[in-house]
Amino acid sequence: MSIATVFEVVLATVVLGFGFWTTAVRKTYSAAVGFVAYGLLVALIWVRLDAVDVALTEAAISGGLGGVLLLGAAARLRDSETTAAEAPGNLTRACAAVLSVLIAAALAGAVWLLPEHAPTLAPRIVANAWATSLANPVTNVLMAFRAMDTMLEKVVLLLAIIGVWSLAPDTAWGGRPGPCHRADPNGVLAFLARLLPPVGIVVGIYVFWTGADHPGGAFQGGAILASMWLLAIMAGLADTPATSRRWLRCILIAGPGLFLAVGLGGLWFGSAFLAYPAAYAKPLILGIEVAMILTIAATLGLLLAGAPERSVK
Amino acid sequence: MSLARDMMTIAAVSAGAFFFLAGTVGLLRFPDTLTRLHALTKADNLGLGLVVLGLLPQAGSLRDGFKLIGIWLLTLLAGATVSQLIARTAREGETAK
Amino acid sequence: MTSGATVFGLCAAVAVGLGLYGLITNPQPLRKIIAFNVLGSGVFLLFGVVGRRGAAAGIGNDPVPQALVITGVVVAFAATALAIALLLRLFQKTGTTTLCSDVRPSACSDPSGD
Repeated sequence: MSIATVFEVVLATVVLGFGFWTTAVRKTYSAAVGFVAYGLLVALIWVRLDAVDVALTEAAISGGLGGVLLLGAAARLRDSETTAAEAPGNLTRACAAVLSVLIAAALAGAVWLLPEHAPTLAPRIVANAWATSLANPVTNVLMAFRAMDTMLEKVVLLLAIIGVWSLAPDTAWGGRPGPCHRADPNGVLAFLARLLPPVGIVVGIYVFWTGADHPGGAFQGGAILASMWLLAIMAGLADTPATSRRWLRCILIAGPGLFLAVGLGGLWFGSAFLAYPAAYAKPLILGIEVAMILTIAATLGLLLAGAPERSVK
Repeated sequence: MSLARDMMTIAAVSAGAFFFLAGTVGLLRFPDTLTRLHALTKADNLGLGLVVLGLLPQAGSLRDGFKLIGIWLLTLLAGATVSQLIARTAREGETAK
Repeated sequence: MTSGATVFGLCAAVAVGLGLYGLITNPQPLRKIIAFNVLGSGVFLLFGVVGRRGAAAGIGNDPVPQALVITGVVVAFAATALAIALLLRLFQKTGTTTLCSDVRPSACSDPSGD
């Protein structure tokens, strides 16, 4: 067994250990902490699988922002833990265990019996990369070859925001999301929230910009920008904007709106929906991505902030 | 030349891994929050610092080296801030009891 | 490198099983959401393992499943955020997070358990 295989086995074991702990631990808050560690280690697995783009997304969105979301919810729901005691019976547990083991075994068997020569689309992507003059194959797939998926995903994000906002009580309709964060303005958190965002914004834009040729892109960069915004909000230096603000709604629809416009333009000037004219492919993709990173940062931040809870006054 | 660089990498990364191990043992074994935080700073600051130091000779270009140092500095900043916040919360919890 | 992909493939299969078990047996909705995320990350990893085996033309992992997983991670996050917002609203409205339609806690216990 090579040293790389030993490392992989250890990594997989530790990940599963965290997965088990997250499922079995008694306190919800501990489970949320376990999930953050789990997410970050899964990102390491993605690096080992040679999918650095996915690793960045997993670390930034699933482990990072998802962790903040779960920790925040666990802290707010802490009082409800004692009341909810309807634990399932032994029979249900046994059935669930049998079902889970069967499904895991079936999947493991499927992985074990995968055919020797795996089908792959990588050569075709390399062969067609000239069309966009982007060197990162994943960005090529996201923005050109499967652009429809990415556009519809933006719409899903928009629908999620509408869903979250529609949970506002009548008194807070169109108001500011989330509770008001108050921190010591001279404290260490406020200090970090003043020091880090300039650096973080540069890092976020860099991750986005380098996504054309290296691992990175609008999702990862947008997640970093969103986390900087949230840091300022949590330190009490900024407040969440009221959801009825027009500029906010413009930012939210900028990404999918521009994407859709370019797609329809392809139908008008070119051959098909979302077909970029070859001469303008790179500037068009870049333009869509700039609008998208703003939308993604705003959407992720607002999804974390939650439903409006305070009226505009 | 490359042998000397490799030796330095192995030495520094091993030392860093040792500090990570020591920090983790301390995190698991120490009795209360403040001493656990104390153990954790060894892993964060020294351990990661040594790992970064060990990786610097392997960095392909000056830019990559600066990126590595940048990662270490950001971790230092985040670690120090979070330790402060946890310690403050722990102390407030103690006085509230 | 196929050995590494197989190790992580088995890991992904177990993660799916763990997540499914947690989803069924954990009574608290927030724990169900966390378990669902563990399940989802296992499914994403399976994509990654299959993509890793499709390494070709100088790319270490088939870019199409990679792009699908990136899209999937973001959508999973959005769904989680919506679920948590629903849960917090439920808690705000009723003061409890139980999923039972009956408010009496005694009626909630599983009849098969005792």
